[in-house]
Amino acid sequence: MAKGSLVSGSIWDEYSNIVVDRMNNPQHQGHITEEEAEAMNAKLIVADFGAESCGDAVRLYWAVEKDTDKIIGSKFKSFGCGTAIASSDIMTELCMGKTVDEAVKITNIDVEKAMRDTPDVPAVPPQKMHCSVMAYDVIKKAAATYKGVDMDSFEEEHIICECARVTQDNLIDVIKINDLKTIEEIIDFTKAGGFCKSCIEPGGHEAKDVYLVDILKQTREEMERERLQEAANTAPDAKPEFNNMSLVQKIRAVDAVIEEYVRPMLIMDGGDMEVIDIKENGEHHDIYIKYLGACSTCSTGSTGTLYAIESTLKQNLDDNIRVMPI
Amino acid sequence: MEVYLDNNATTKVDEKVFEEMKPFFCEIYGNPNSLHSFASKTHPKMVEALDYLYEGINADDDDDIVITANATEANNWVIKSTWVDHILDGDKKHIITSEVEHPAITAACNFLEKRGVDVTYLNVNEEGVLEAKDVLDAIREDTALVSIMWANNETGKLFPIKEIGAICKAKGVPFHTDATQAIGKVKVDVQDANVDMMSFSAHKFHGPKGVGGLYIRKGVKLSPYMHGGEQMDGRRAGTVDVASMVGMGKAMHLATNTMALAYEINHVGMLRDKLENAILKLPDTIVIGGKENRTPNTTLISIKGVEGESMLWDLNKNGIAASTGSACASEDLEANPVMNAFGSDSELAHTGIRFSLSRFNNEEQIDYAIEQITKAVERLRSISSSYAYTPKNHESEL
Repeated sequence: MAKGSLVSGSIWDEYSNIVVDRMNNPQHQGHITEEEAEAMNAKLIVADFGAESCGDAVRLYWAVEKDTDKIIGSKFKSFGCGTAIASSDIMTELCMGKTVDEAVKITNIDVEKAMRDTPDVPAVPPQKMHCSVMAYDVIKKAAATYKGVDMDSFEEEHIICECARVTQDNLIDVIKINDLKTIEEIIDFTKAGGFCKSCIEPGGHEAKDVYLVDILKQTREEMERERLQEAANTAPDAKPEFNNMSLVQKIRAVDAVIEEYVRPMLIMDGGDMEVIDIKENGEHHDIYIKYLGACSTCSTGSTGTLYAIESTLKQNLDDNIRVMPI
Repeated sequence: MEVYLDNNATTKVDEKVFEEMKPFFCEIYGNPNSLHSFASKTHPKMVEALDYLYEGINADDDDDIVITANATEANNWVIKSTWVDHILDGDKKHIITSEVEHPAITAACNFLEKRGVDVTYLNVNEEGVLEAKDVLDAIREDTALVSIMWANNETGKLFPIKEIGAICKAKGVPFHTDATQAIGKVKVDVQDANVDMMSFSAHKFHGPKGVGGLYIRKGVKLSPYMHGGEQMDGRRAGTVDVASMVGMGKAMHLATNTMALAYEINHVGMLRDKLENAILKLPDTIVIGGKENRTPNTTLISIKGVEGESMLWDLNKNGIAASTGSACASEDLEANPVMNAFGSDSELAHTGIRFSLSRFNNEEQIDYAIEQITKAVERLRSISSSYAYTPKNHESEL
């Protein structure tokens, strides 16, 4: 970011020469007919992935040698941008000569690396990574068609961000370990969602079963349940840390302190108070209170009395308590 | 041959405009707000430039036309000052705009939404046009502003600004229009259209980049955009960029006089139609939004089976500049909201190509463009997984 990102150029400037060459002159575009496959003693496989309405669609033709499972013919057609056409061309080439089981192991990263001019310089800008993903997915589709199985059976783990290849399990772990609360934090920690952004929430470039927003919400809920469980499991006579209490426990604890130490004093002066809400605010616990009776008009409600209430709660519960009269 | 058909993105500076600007860099460079003779030399041309601007949009002498850096600044000024003047310090909290506005409007409205402002984004109909009655239906007691573009940048479609202006006037709601794509292409008359505020940008009508303007009708409440000196009557402080202002004035003069508009409609419109009709002879092509009621220089065409960026790629290789709303050609991968707003056919979002012409295009260029476009369509359809193009029978493979 910063200086380098202030003046943006054309995304085309970031395409490798191989991408440009394959876009202009794809070597393997075309199709294979039933007759051609039969003449090769091969089974014809035709697999489609994507849709024109999504902006990317690719059709892969394989001639798979019947005796060896080896891909001896490989062609493609593509509706897509330059990188989609180039990726499909390279993907088709990578399949040639491999068995179906070997071809399934080709990933979008392999496709992208095969398009690099130099090993360390990406072939396409980050936002174009999804175009090579399409090429990767269609291989799975072709292999599944050949083997008569479901496409998902080739995935050992559930990939959420195809561009960065981040799995669901990995995301859950990172959210829990680092107490991540926002999508921006997830992108910073994992790069998931940082490229084509389709995996963040519905409405993006591609439809997904599960989005980052779902995983974040579910994981945060699970963390909250675990915290509550931990609080519930605490022995009745053991006093849990105020910080680890559930909201109900906090209200009870605050009420108990007020009932024992604060309210008697206020009542003696013809006043009273009630707790309206407790909110976490960073490291603080903000306790919102409402003065009743004489306290509601007392000039010390925002000075001495307030200081006394806050000090009492701090002393008995937690140093990070702040009391906010409303 | 190089053919520039992306004039809705930006235009070349007219040589006559450039000539007007030249003296204000090295010969006449005094700060116009200074007292000495170096400064006073700038005034006559500034006055002339302002006259051209007032004349070009038929502003009244009592109204203001404040020079800004561009239409984006003018749009932001209107939206954010509405927040300051009517929402933050007032009792209103509602803004009406359309789904197909330039991001300078929609992003500014999104910014205010996060701060509690209600924004209604009106959708366009199947022809890509906003209907005035939808504005009427959307106006509420607490509506602080209606902001609707005059002409759409992608389709060239003209919105019923006069009707919307009349509705807003009757309802007492300030009406702003972004006329960036309308100036120099159709007659723009702020009085006839009952416009309260109007944004424009010089580089869209053969003026320089980095300068634009905001028309503000007398009496319309609008806080200053930049506080500082007394430039622009205190509404936008900062030393006036005289060269740019003079350039914009001259460009406005050249673009908005009766002869210029007639030329735009006849000559540019004829070239656009020639290009459009030739492309429409290719099978499975349509004009998105239809041909009626649009700026004479623009056509947005869907070419089935051809993804927008790949089309741009092929055209660019052969010297032709056009534009696409295809998500793949942009950095954020979200399809152009104008394309999406049509709603009924999501394929349009990825197959639309926009050609926008100017008075500097000629027939030879258009003939060359037609030839190259035809070749690109043939090549890309032969690769396409959703469209196998065979010149003989045009049959789809699938």
